[in-house]
Amino acid sequence: MAVFQSLSQAISENLHTGDSVAFEGFTHLIPHAAAHEVIRQGIGELTLIRMTPDVIYDQLIGMGLVKKLIFSYAGNPGVGLLRRLRDAVENGWPQPLEIEEHSHAAMANAYEAGAAGLPLAVFRGYKGAGLAKVNPRIKSVTCPFSGEVLAAVPSLRPDVAVIHAQKASKKGDVLIEGIVGVQKEAVLAAKRAVVTVEEVVDDFAGVHPNSCVLPHWTVTAIAQVPGGAHPSYAHGYYERDNQSYLAWDEVAADRERFQAWMQENVIAATPEDFTARVAKVRTAK
Amino acid sequence: MTEQNFIPQDFTADEMMTIAAARALGNDDVCFVGIGAPSAACNVARLTHAPDITLIYESGTIGTAPDVLPLSIGDGILCETAVTTVSVPEMFRYWLQGGRITIGFLGAAQLDRFGNINTTVIGDYAKPKTRLPGGGGAPEIASSCGQIFITMKQSKRGMVEKIDFVTSFGHGEGGKAREKLGLATKGPTLLITDLAVWKTAPESGEFVVASLHPGATREQVTETCGWTPRFAETVEETPPPSELELKTLRDLKARTAAAHGKA
Repeated sequence: MAVFQSLSQAISENLHTGDSVAFEGFTHLIPHAAAHEVIRQGIGELTLIRMTPDVIYDQLIGMGLVKKLIFSYAGNPGVGLLRRLRDAVENGWPQPLEIEEHSHAAMANAYEAGAAGLPLAVFRGYKGAGLAKVNPRIKSVTCPFSGEVLAAVPSLRPDVAVIHAQKASKKGDVLIEGIVGVQKEAVLAAKRAVVTVEEVVDDFAGVHPNSCVLPHWTVTAIAQVPGGAHPSYAHGYYERDNQSYLAWDEVAADRERFQAWMQENVIAATPEDFTARVAKVRTAK
Repeated sequence: MTEQNFIPQDFTADEMMTIAAARALGNDDVCFVGIGAPSAACNVARLTHAPDITLIYESGTIGTAPDVLPLSIGDGILCETAVTTVSVPEMFRYWLQGGRITIGFLGAAQLDRFGNINTTVIGDYAKPKTRLPGGGGAPEIASSCGQIFITMKQSKRGMVEKIDFVTSFGHGEGGKAREKLGLATKGPTLLITDLAVWKTAPESGEFVVASLHPGATREQVTETCGWTPRFAETVEETPPPSELELKTLRDLKARTAAAHGKA
């Protein structure tokens, strides 16, 4: 049953050292504020899971909080490569990073299988592709009906899923509009789910009846953090802050500059700072 | 070697590449679009000769018609103009794996003559020289779309004899490699570079230069390619961009630059 909490409480009660955690969002609604709270609390030895690890994973990895990454595409969207992640993979800085690499189809199917309570995901994939040779978690099964050989990967069942959404009702039902990504599956696959939202409303009267994505009893904790997805975007609230993504490429290029940036913008900041960060890209009241 | 393989005309080699790629798309195509040159080409096609083409981006947006080019596959403008937006698992299960997509449009960090693509690592996988973003949707796009178009600028670093890692399978080592793997789709059929249009030879699976862009020479193609290129018996000249094509592309780029706050 969803409880409303401060972000710091929601994170400290639900995410622990050594956990596996999926911060999901597909360009849209990426839970930046929640990831920054994890960094402030210094929760480490994490296994990070995500289809498209981007800036927040670059930050968590660069701060030395991550031992393993399960992913399918690691880039700064629309900009280029993730430099902190590269430094960890190529040079072991600030610590070595174990990686388990899949394709998008594998990850999407694996979350869905996790949500469905299945131990594995089966799909037609990886034919001729090199990943199946370097990732021992990619195997194959033979269809008992047709004899076709299909790809199999273990389902994803994170200890915690963290997502950002537009609205929660007072009851704790969660609404997402626009690009819905893989958040619903990630939450339903996880043992616990933390949701940050732009706003809390009395109810969803007048909203499209299919927009509620997660009923309150599927969510563990909800924290209201307006602007909490910045510099990604929240459809109907604020646009993507492309300049911040471009700027990140320069910040992340240098270890010392990165550490100084993190000190100023994450360690010494609060969830409330996110509201001001979206002021210039805000599209709604 | 310069960054751009320059063609001395009143349009750039980049523009010629994008427009040649746009021409390869038809009105009835359902196209899985990657960011960058593929996205520009698909939208130029939509704004010129293929107004009803269906564009799909892997974030779940189906039938999208953005006014400006998105900076990433999940930009809000794609959702706002889409016929529908579905979840990512649905995108990969029903639409891609379900065989509903006729053309997948991919770029490459490294490419070989058989259309095998690397976007994973330069060097050894376990100890990479350069860690690239990875495959994303590409491994299954390459096997599940009806056919694959590839677009990239020619360079010896990019077009290589042997790629370091097979992120997406093209025609393997040639011949009937796809058939042997049980793949029923055609795989790479077209490569559009800044100098030429290459088509896949049906028997060998190898790219063959079918047409040279205006001003481009066989020597330029050979010098900027890491393998020894094959040329068709008759190599045509790619028709130069029409006024409409060029205007459409430039207007699109200008709107995009204005919208994203950089010129």
